[in-house]
Amino acid sequence: MAEENVIAVRGLTKSFAGVKALDGIDLEIRAGEIHCLAGENGSGKSTLIKIISGVYQPDSGTIEMGGRVHHKLTPIEAIGNGVQVIYQDFSVFPNLTVMENLALTTELADKRRLVNWRRFRKIAEEAVSKINFKVDLDAVVGDLSVADKQLVAISRALMSDTKLIIMDEPTTALTNKEVEALFRVILDLQSRGIAIMFVSHKLGEVFEISERFTILRNGKQVITTVPDELNEKKFAEYMTGRDFEETAFTGDDSIGEPVLEASGLTLGNAFSDVSFTLHKGEILGITGLLGSGRTELALSLFGVFPAESGTIRVGGEQVRINSIADAIGHGIAYVPEDRLTEGLALERSIGDNIIISEIDRLSGPLNLADKRKQREAVDRWVSELKIATRNPNNPVNTLSGGNQQRVVLAKWLATEPDVLILNGPTVGVDIGSKAEIHRILTELAAAGMGIIVISDDIGELKQTCGRVLLLKEGRIDGEVDPRTQTEEELSDMITGGPLEVGTN
Amino acid sequence: MTTTTTPDKQGIGTRFLSLARTDAHVTRLVVILLALLVMFAAIRPGNFANSYTWISMAVSFPEFGLMALGVMVCMVTGGIDLSVVGIANLSSIIAAMVMLALAPGGSGTAIGAAIAIALVVGALAGILNGILVAVVKIPAILATLGTLELFIGISIVLTAGSPISGLPPEYSALMAARLGGVLPMQFVVFLVAVALVALIMGRTTFGTKIYMLGTNATSAKFSGLNSVSLLIRTYLFSGILSAMAGLVMLANYNSAKADYGVVYTLLTVLIVVLGGVNPNGGSGRLIGVVLAIVILQILSSGLNLFPEISNFYRDLIWGGVLLLVIATSEITARNPFKRKQKEVS
Repeated sequence: MAEENVIAVRGLTKSFAGVKALDGIDLEIRAGEIHCLAGENGSGKSTLIKIISGVYQPDSGTIEMGGRVHHKLTPIEAIGNGVQVIYQDFSVFPNLTVMENLALTTELADKRRLVNWRRFRKIAEEAVSKINFKVDLDAVVGDLSVADKQLVAISRALMSDTKLIIMDEPTTALTNKEVEALFRVILDLQSRGIAIMFVSHKLGEVFEISERFTILRNGKQVITTVPDELNEKKFAEYMTGRDFEETAFTGDDSIGEPVLEASGLTLGNAFSDVSFTLHKGEILGITGLLGSGRTELALSLFGVFPAESGTIRVGGEQVRINSIADAIGHGIAYVPEDRLTEGLALERSIGDNIIISEIDRLSGPLNLADKRKQREAVDRWVSELKIATRNPNNPVNTLSGGNQQRVVLAKWLATEPDVLILNGPTVGVDIGSKAEIHRILTELAAAGMGIIVISDDIGELKQTCGRVLLLKEGRIDGEVDPRTQTEEELSDMITGGPLEVGTN
Repeated sequence: MTTTTTPDKQGIGTRFLSLARTDAHVTRLVVILLALLVMFAAIRPGNFANSYTWISMAVSFPEFGLMALGVMVCMVTGGIDLSVVGIANLSSIIAAMVMLALAPGGSGTAIGAAIAIALVVGALAGILNGILVAVVKIPAILATLGTLELFIGISIVLTAGSPISGLPPEYSALMAARLGGVLPMQFVVFLVAVALVALIMGRTTFGTKIYMLGTNATSAKFSGLNSVSLLIRTYLFSGILSAMAGLVMLANYNSAKADYGVVYTLLTVLIVVLGGVNPNGGSGRLIGVVLAIVILQILSSGLNLFPEISNFYRDLIWGGVLLLVIATSEITARNPFKRKQKEVS
């Protein structure tokens, strides 16, 4: 593989306000290589991408591209050298059609002032045909699935003479089937000599097809290596600098009496005839693809979408859960899927976010807030969940993803629930916080709480759950003991078959 | 900001300055206020030194100041109350009618009853707004624009469009009283309202909840907050503050009419935004709004001292000030009118 490099950076260093975000990075990407750039949040991945794409300028070091050595790049130069970045939000215009999204850039670049719809269509057709992407060109992009939006972004990136596509966490929101389709597109691009750089903080997601890994930690390059040299444990060590043991939840079978019993729960076409029992001290996993009804089921148990039929028993007593207030009243807590929009008021303080569900119990007469009690509660949860902040009066958006998730967790633990439902408890959370959150869940279960973890992260299910329910098209399709299955077996059960992408 | 501009009033002064240092927008408002005062003192030292100037200001600004406080609490939830002037006039008209019906000659109980009824009318009007916003789920800007017309319409029907005057002299005497011989009653009413807003927004669980609701309605819902009850109570509070404004207007004009103070509708919105309240909800400080109220009153009174500058320029200058403040906020990094974008790391 002595092909030429599409890009080579040497000794790249960049500081922000005296803090070294990048320190002496050397990275080469060969033509047609699939390279994975990994690191925790804050490790410098984004800074490196932004330098390569010309958004930031390095303090020192060089970037070799297109046969020239650059000391800095502008975004236009980067694009001119064939570098395209596809961000997590894909930067598509959701209110425009596929055709408009694809043709707009070209039209703008040509400085055209009048719209010629025929030419628009032709440009767009050419773009999607490059990756055999079958899509209605007149569909509004906002209505497409995540996977299709991503393919629109890829088609757009390929419209110019592209040599390197950088993709920021490309598989996070995709189902396995969609990931398969994406990988096929990527392998096809590779065969045409286009290099791909994945940015990721999960090993599993791109391990299949990456040829080399570069791992960053605190702005330093820890290692550049090939997948054969890596496994989950080593990967975690490289990213965090710490030694992680896979302490699977032992699930001592001393689980207590039932805390939550669902029987025959049905809601429209979201899910039907779902029955299960959650015991005290148990961590029950619920998994399934996006759209399998897993989120709707959780929301139903939490009173957001009350079930149309079926019964729910809490602590042996039949209850009606028709609103969130009902659910909270019966000791059910819910850590939502999307903490940014559903879990937190980002601009409010860490303290307010922690106590908000509990605030009425922390008040004196006339609803006057008891600041001392509030402060005590906040301090207690900040220290108990090790939320990394010097001042809980700071807004929540000053925290990292992992710490934000702990704030959501703290909010619900403060209500002293009997049943804790977590939907994707560690999505977008760095590996260190992830292990910590798993440890907390295990402890809570040991203390007698009934916990439901909804997740499609196989490793997470294996590590935390004693039982896993499999949802398929709104019905319970089976129950497995994750400790007796390998990750591959579990994954196949969810997706209905092994991934069919050959690594070369 | 220097730390030695207000050598007297140590207690409040120091706390205030430490706040000014932490909140860039409040700092900016303080700077504007001081600049206005200095200009005023330099150009019209005679009027500046005259206590009458200040007393007449303190009599007049509570009219729109009270309404602005109502708009502020609504805006914190992410809504707005455009019906404040309608509520104020409706409650003052009903108060005037009650006074005239019960005791044209005036009696303590009649006046007390009229004030109580005015506040109840304000509360009911606020509840109507709250139901439209929270239950019927009409966007607040439309719902309250509609109720503004509704309340003005009811007022016109009640009065046949003409002013109600000939109020019992006891009422004007009550409002003309000077607390401690200095503070006009209107100003005292305003201070009470400010204290009330400070208490409710800063010290009660209700205040914390509506800031949460305004910041992120979805997460508030997922946290178990009852947004319907919170919003109805917010608009109710705004209605009561508007009714207080109506009672102040009733005293200042010694009459009630359906279309008194119609310019206040937009002026109050302007004040609240100028005071740093985020129109998207969730942030904004009472101190900023109070500073904005005072700034606009001084600007307005200052203009009156220049006979050569016609009153026709007033709107132009107010609009200019608003845009200037927002523009300077745009330039500085910490813009209170914009939601912070999350940094992708």
